[in-house]
Amino acid sequence: MSVAPAAPPSAWVDSRPRAALRLFSRIGTFCLVELQKLRHDRTELITRAIQPVLWLVIFGQTFSRIRAIPTGDVPYLDYLAPGIIAQSALFVAIFYGIQIIWERDAGILTKLLVTPSPRSALVAGKAFAAGVRTISQAIVVLIVAALLGVSLTWNPLKLLAMLAVVVLGAAFFSCLSMTIAGLVLRRDRLMGIGQAITMPLFFASNALYPVDIMPGWLRALSHANPLTYEVSALRGLLIGQPTNYLLDFTVLIAAAIAGICAASALLGRLAR
Amino acid sequence: MSAEPAVSVAGLSHRFGDQLAVDGLDLTVSPGECFGLLGPNGAGKTTTLRVLNTLYPPQSGTVRVFGLDVRTDAMRVRRMLGYVPQQLSIEGALTGRENVSWFARLFDVPRRERAARVAEVLQIVDLTDAADRLASTYSGGMVRRLELAQALVNRPALLVLDEPTVGLDPVARDSVWARVQEMQERYGMTVLLTTHYMEEADILCDRVALLHLGRLRAVGTPEELKAALGPGASLEDVFRHHTGESLEGQAKGGLRDVRGTRRTAQRLG
Repeated sequence: MSVAPAAPPSAWVDSRPRAALRLFSRIGTFCLVELQKLRHDRTELITRAIQPVLWLVIFGQTFSRIRAIPTGDVPYLDYLAPGIIAQSALFVAIFYGIQIIWERDAGILTKLLVTPSPRSALVAGKAFAAGVRTISQAIVVLIVAALLGVSLTWNPLKLLAMLAVVVLGAAFFSCLSMTIAGLVLRRDRLMGIGQAITMPLFFASNALYPVDIMPGWLRALSHANPLTYEVSALRGLLIGQPTNYLLDFTVLIAAAIAGICAASALLGRLAR
Repeated sequence: MSAEPAVSVAGLSHRFGDQLAVDGLDLTVSPGECFGLLGPNGAGKTTTLRVLNTLYPPQSGTVRVFGLDVRTDAMRVRRMLGYVPQQLSIEGALTGRENVSWFARLFDVPRRERAARVAEVLQIVDLTDAADRLASTYSGGMVRRLELAQALVNRPALLVLDEPTVGLDPVARDSVWARVQEMQERYGMTVLLTTHYMEEADILCDRVALLHLGRLRAVGTPEELKAALGPGASLEDVFRHHTGESLEGQAKGGLRDVRGTRRTAQRLG
């Protein structure tokens, strides 16, 4: 059943887009796929909203009442809301590596790795897809906070900037998760490690309380934690607390790039 | 005919730790032919395909696809390939059409052609009616056909199939065979596949190579190999003759292989 070969392969070769364009195209592709998945299964949006709502409603309201945490003129619930947005984004992103292990077990990763996409573009695509997933999360928390009477900004530019902060944070933490996935290669181990590091990341940050009231060692840890800069930027944007945006965005962007590099370097281990 | 062979493998060796999976393999596949790699579990078939599709960089030896070295020209090689791995590798949380369209984007199929191209390959694999259902509702045979559609969407010059019918029932198997043959006739593409099923090799392949423990034991058309063994010999006899074991008792296979097959079977449920 041999037949004449298809057109000479050179016909395919010249259609290569430039590297930067390809990177953005891959990021767009993975974000779209994530949106499609969300559209088909919305239960996760609801189940994932339960925990942040509990934090705001129970923890937030109780601590507002006992005034245990010094937040200056800002009501504690207002102070807490941006922290819970960051936290819920962290919780989604930190388990994102499970998806890549699942894709590896299902053989999907193998197919992705032999598409004309550099590994860094695949990882960046996944990282920003995690961002897409956390955006929906952030919006849910934002609405709940508004219903609880938190005085948030409704400036659309600030809200857009808030989404950018959430996406950058998710990009970093999902890359951290994919890096761990590349090291441990198994779902159950990743689950264990994810659970072990989530709470320390959360507590060693300014999500629940100001850095100033922490003991020295915890303050040092929290300054090394990208979550702190994410929360600072969110507080600045949403409730107008003073912050150094340049520092916050620099740290978040640098962390996301470092995360993409680390996860791409280990992606090959998952292909074996 | 193009002057370049579709695939040329020269002196390929590949090891995992202290285990030599492929041991000095030489192979040539001509453009337009359907070539089968046969051998028991652990023979080195999948490893060979994975070097060829640029997943593993070659440790020693040279592998060329239409004249392009997989080591130095990996991205261009990938553009010419369609690959279906052994596991059933689709995203169940997306529809069939979304699965194909995802890969169309990853292969940079131009936006204005994308929808038509996706519809065309779905039609070739006979999934037009089911295209907008979630892929998690597909049967094993439908999943395999969807994977063929994904592999075809970039109009590959070389289609690489790793055990395309493992775990499928006879009806689904027939339908996959029919698609592969139809695609080959329609596009004249080169097909390289691995299989355990001698019947499959006999029906689909113009030429086959028998691998055992990473080495090439025999290569030729199924007719040649059968004739060389004597009148009335089947391809299964040829297999036994060259590998020294029966198809049922493939005890030498690595755990990796078995695990992969079982995973596929589980997903097929």
